[in-house]
Amino acid sequence: MANHLFLPLVVPLISAALSVLLGRWRFVTRSITLAAALFNLGYSGWLLWLVSSTGRQVTQASAWAAPFGITLLADVMSAVMLFLAALLMFCTIIYSLLTMEPEYEQFFYYPLLLLLLLGVSGAFLTGDLFNLYVWFEVLLISSFGLVTLGSSRAQLTGGLKYVVLNLMGSTMFLIGSGLIYGLAGTLNMAHIGERLITQSEPGLTTVIATLFLFAFGSKAALAPLFFWLPESYPTPPPAVSAIFSALMTKVGVYALYRVFGTVLPGELVRLAPLILALGGLTMVLGVLGALTQTEIRRVLSFTIISEIGFVAMGLGFASAAGLAAGLLFTAHMMIVKTALFFLAGAAERVSGTGDMRRMGGLARREPALATLWFLGMVALAGIPPMSGFFGKLALLQAGVSQGHYLISGLAVLVSLFIFLAILKIWHEVFWKKPVEDQSQMPRLAPAILIPGALLVILSVVIGISAGPVAELSTQAGTQILDLPGYIEATCGPAGCDAVTSRLIK
Amino acid sequence: MYDSIILRSVARLMLPILLMLAVFMLLRGHNLPGGGFIGGLVASCAIILQLVAFGPDFARRVLRVNYLSLAAFGVFFAAVWGLPALLTGQPYMTAFWIPDPIPGVGKIGTPVLFDLGVFFGVVGVTTQIALLLAEERNPREASDAGTAAP
Repeated sequence: MANHLFLPLVVPLISAALSVLLGRWRFVTRSITLAAALFNLGYSGWLLWLVSSTGRQVTQASAWAAPFGITLLADVMSAVMLFLAALLMFCTIIYSLLTMEPEYEQFFYYPLLLLLLLGVSGAFLTGDLFNLYVWFEVLLISSFGLVTLGSSRAQLTGGLKYVVLNLMGSTMFLIGSGLIYGLAGTLNMAHIGERLITQSEPGLTTVIATLFLFAFGSKAALAPLFFWLPESYPTPPPAVSAIFSALMTKVGVYALYRVFGTVLPGELVRLAPLILALGGLTMVLGVLGALTQTEIRRVLSFTIISEIGFVAMGLGFASAAGLAAGLLFTAHMMIVKTALFFLAGAAERVSGTGDMRRMGGLARREPALATLWFLGMVALAGIPPMSGFFGKLALLQAGVSQGHYLISGLAVLVSLFIFLAILKIWHEVFWKKPVEDQSQMPRLAPAILIPGALLVILSVVIGISAGPVAELSTQAGTQILDLPGYIEATCGPAGCDAVTSRLIK
Repeated sequence: MYDSIILRSVARLMLPILLMLAVFMLLRGHNLPGGGFIGGLVASCAIILQLVAFGPDFARRVLRVNYLSLAAFGVFFAAVWGLPALLTGQPYMTAFWIPDPIPGVGKIGTPVLFDLGVFFGVVGVTTQIALLLAEERNPREASDAGTAAP
């Protein structure tokens, strides 16, 4: 058994507790936080290598055999998401160290970041449906803290919407889990998948699947349920916006892919037209919102929604190729969006405002920032040397080869408009002549650009090494749909029912 | 704070009883109903009862600890007792027990120590929340303080 799978959970938990205990010494708290994030980054890089070369890694908490205890399971999708979460958390911590005002630290900013990392890592690793709910709660509670930290009026209004809609989503998740426990008699994901093959009740299973679609869709900001996102993302400090855009909706995406791809593949096929329609609606509404906004981080928040539509489209294709492409696109979007939020924070710092009508002239004033923004923008638009091109190419290839011409055409159109929305930021913030007198504005410390630059470079690297990356994502896509392999990894070759009947005797 | 001689007398009497009940709950927890979470709630009830009867200042003096640090210590303590299993090559949180039960206390092993951490965590969090809510000044009172009474 791969007992090391507990480390990315135990290390942030203990570090968070220690950094609250030792909160009086600011340097100690910062070092503990940075060390924990660095550990998770190193570990998950190693885990990704291990999983992609030797297959799924499994362990059972407290050594309780599989369908009874809680399983932790890492396949390629889990490992990729775990790695990206640790990487983006590490960059955010560096960015916070450089930009965050010290007052935030006495309200437990760094422990909350570590608890967020804990919740996200747990959600990516768990093989138990109810445990997934618990990890969702862990990460939501810490994000409630982060989104209202500073308690300005805008933050509290945005935070309230965020809390209410997320609690509704969690309730639906809980109801769905209860119903599926009544139907299958188990909450272990592999065991649910195994039992539903033989004892499925068509109507009830579809109801449960729709509840899950509502729950995870509201967390991923899918079409009718995205209102909380543009309200709550742009109001906290830029570092918090960046880590939210990196992680929060992506946990919802992960849960959609895991539950629909692995546990309920039959329902995925049945609900695929609905998911495609919602995905298309999300794309269009998100980009229309982005085009009308005048604040940098608000535009970026709306483009996140639009891109969630692309990811849902990958799920709606209901094939290994579609899931692989959606995952590749998610990875690209996590990296590039976080980089753009870092850079937007830096631009706001120079201009003293996030309102694009009052900004301008930054291309001449901060050429390094402008260059990085340009590269990030090109990556987001999907121009060949950058990562965005291959994500969208894979999605469109999957769509066209399966005959989904309408949604594929819509995706091409929407990505043009996303480019237009980002181009508007480029024009307003960097290109046009300055509106106000800039002589009193502060110069940017070059160090602030480092986390953003790191991620932009990573996007180029992914673009250049697209071959191996695409192979990895194909492996992940095949693995998501491979339910027998998932069951064998969790419960052994005979399946979970064999284990229960042996142990009960 | 609720001014009543009956409540005050009962609260004074109940403090040691509730704290003992909390420890009893904690120790019987791993095979019978009870455990660190319930024990922690009972212990924090003992302190919250003092809060209701005598006010937040008195309740702060019942246990002179920083409740937030107590909660963080509890989480740390609970998480640490899963580690021995990891170090000996077994999954996290696998239980180790001493072979013979201690008379009067019962079987002792890593789950009991984990429960003790949970106990501290629950006492710290619930008491801190109750105390902070009780100590918060009513915004209407605070704003009325400056104006003349009608």
